[in-house]
Amino acid sequence: MKQKLFSFVSLFGAVIAIWYLASLLMNGNQLINNLERKNQQWDYQQIVSQAYEVKRPMLPAPHKIGEELVKSILDKPVTSKRSLIFHAQITLNSTLLGFVFGSILGILIAVGIVYNKTLESSLMPWVIASQTIPILAIAPMIVVVLGAINITGVIPKAVISMYLSFFPVTIAMVKGLRSADKLHEELMYTYNASARDVFWKLRWYAAQPYLFASLKVAIASALVGAIVAELPTGAQGGLGARLLSGSYYGQTEQIWAALIVAATLGSILVWLVGLAEKALLRRRGGLSNA
Amino acid sequence: MITVEEKAVSTPQKTTINVQREMISIEDLSLIFPSSDGDVHALSDVNLSIRSGDFVSFIGPSGCGKTTLLRVIADLEKQTSGNLKVNGTDAEDARLNRLYGYVFQSPALMPWNTIRENCALPMEISGRSIDYQNKQIDKYLKMVGLQDFHKKFPWQLSGGMQQRASIARALCLNPDLLLMDEPFGALDEITRDHMNMELLRIWSETKKTVVFVTHSIDEAVLLSTHIVVMSPRPGRIIKVIESPLPRLKTLALRDQPAFHALASEIRSALADKHAID
Repeated sequence: MKQKLFSFVSLFGAVIAIWYLASLLMNGNQLINNLERKNQQWDYQQIVSQAYEVKRPMLPAPHKIGEELVKSILDKPVTSKRSLIFHAQITLNSTLLGFVFGSILGILIAVGIVYNKTLESSLMPWVIASQTIPILAIAPMIVVVLGAINITGVIPKAVISMYLSFFPVTIAMVKGLRSADKLHEELMYTYNASARDVFWKLRWYAAQPYLFASLKVAIASALVGAIVAELPTGAQGGLGARLLSGSYYGQTEQIWAALIVAATLGSILVWLVGLAEKALLRRRGGLSNA
Repeated sequence: MITVEEKAVSTPQKTTINVQREMISIEDLSLIFPSSDGDVHALSDVNLSIRSGDFVSFIGPSGCGKTTLLRVIADLEKQTSGNLKVNGTDAEDARLNRLYGYVFQSPALMPWNTIRENCALPMEISGRSIDYQNKQIDKYLKMVGLQDFHKKFPWQLSGGMQQRASIARALCLNPDLLLMDEPFGALDEITRDHMNMELLRIWSETKKTVVFVTHSIDEAVLLSTHIVVMSPRPGRIIKVIESPLPRLKTLALRDQPAFHALASEIRSALADKHAID
């Protein structure tokens, strides 16, 4: 535990140190260019003292991002449009909606593929092709098409999250549902078990470790999908909208703060899936993959 | 009674004074596994008749097809040629009617189910009532000495305990026919003796038919009414020995001359040049 903490702290420290250095070099260059353009004298001491304080820095220093986080999380009421919590919660809504429907869709497609040879050959190429299309290209299409049939708001964003998150679940569940021990399959065969019994009493359980591994990927993808969906839609709320407005106005601190909130949100979501997995596996004897 | 029949014949024994039904009848059965470097003759011209209530052991070196023969009876493999009748129907019908219980070499318990849930599983599938399930589980877990472990998960039990649980699971179904593939192979000798005696007791009390695969001569002698000696390449039956010992044996019997005589008869059959290739 102590060693784990040590390695975490030292890696974190190293990242911060490199960040400060990069921030100094990039912002310093920017500063020097500006001063030289104005034919002003400068020395290195001046640059070092000012590099972290420039407006619209190329790479804001960690403490500036920290200040922005404090300002936009703690100092603003959560109902304010300047609050990152407000935006994060909008993104979270469509992430969770997309994740739930994406997981259900992913499982249903996997069941179809496992139980139907025709579906395997007809559906699988589409499933794979769907993921080779850049999400940035297809996201505006989905928004436009759904908008044309009067579906707006959270639904188009959730659809894009679903589009990204069903895939890992399908791939993992196809493998998971086929991962049952051969001896267990034979045992069910000697019991003359129905297909339904084989599914619910054997294959479903055998697939659990695969399911949870893929759900962790799926929920992270769903978050990415939700953020990407907020970029082209001109959405007024959400972390994606915050990123977009930050880049419009050159507010790099705002962009980085939103990115950090997104990363934290993603980590918490993956951690929660892991927690659910542990709770379920403990209830089922702790070792479903033993 | 058990006979190696020269030719497929009808079963005249039925009309004789012996009231035992024929449980399994195998005529000219062969099984060939095709493979790229030549076909493997897993079973070749097997003829065997097993009567209801018999305890029959298949014994032989590895590769002699004893497990394969058991799997054919269980409809887990299909013969290439020849006839097989189980309880008067073909093997598939017997399986569909859940006539037999099969015990594998390894416990094959579902790791996500408790011991109790594992035992309940086949009964749930065959639609038995909860009351019946509980009654059977309590009875047979007690018999295999696991009554205090019914809430445990398989990984919390030793290998031997897991195997006992898998035997209890098969017995819970109360099948007429028990097919057992080296069920005690992984047990220590003390547990094995205990399980052998329990199996003998259940068999004699319930009039089940047991087909038992083993590579232990002592175990075959201790348990069986008939011992089928098999030999590899191709897998075939070389001798069927009817045990002169009483049906219900005791561990003490192992010190008797009759026990040793039978064991040495099996040993010499196995040592036959055909048996070890």
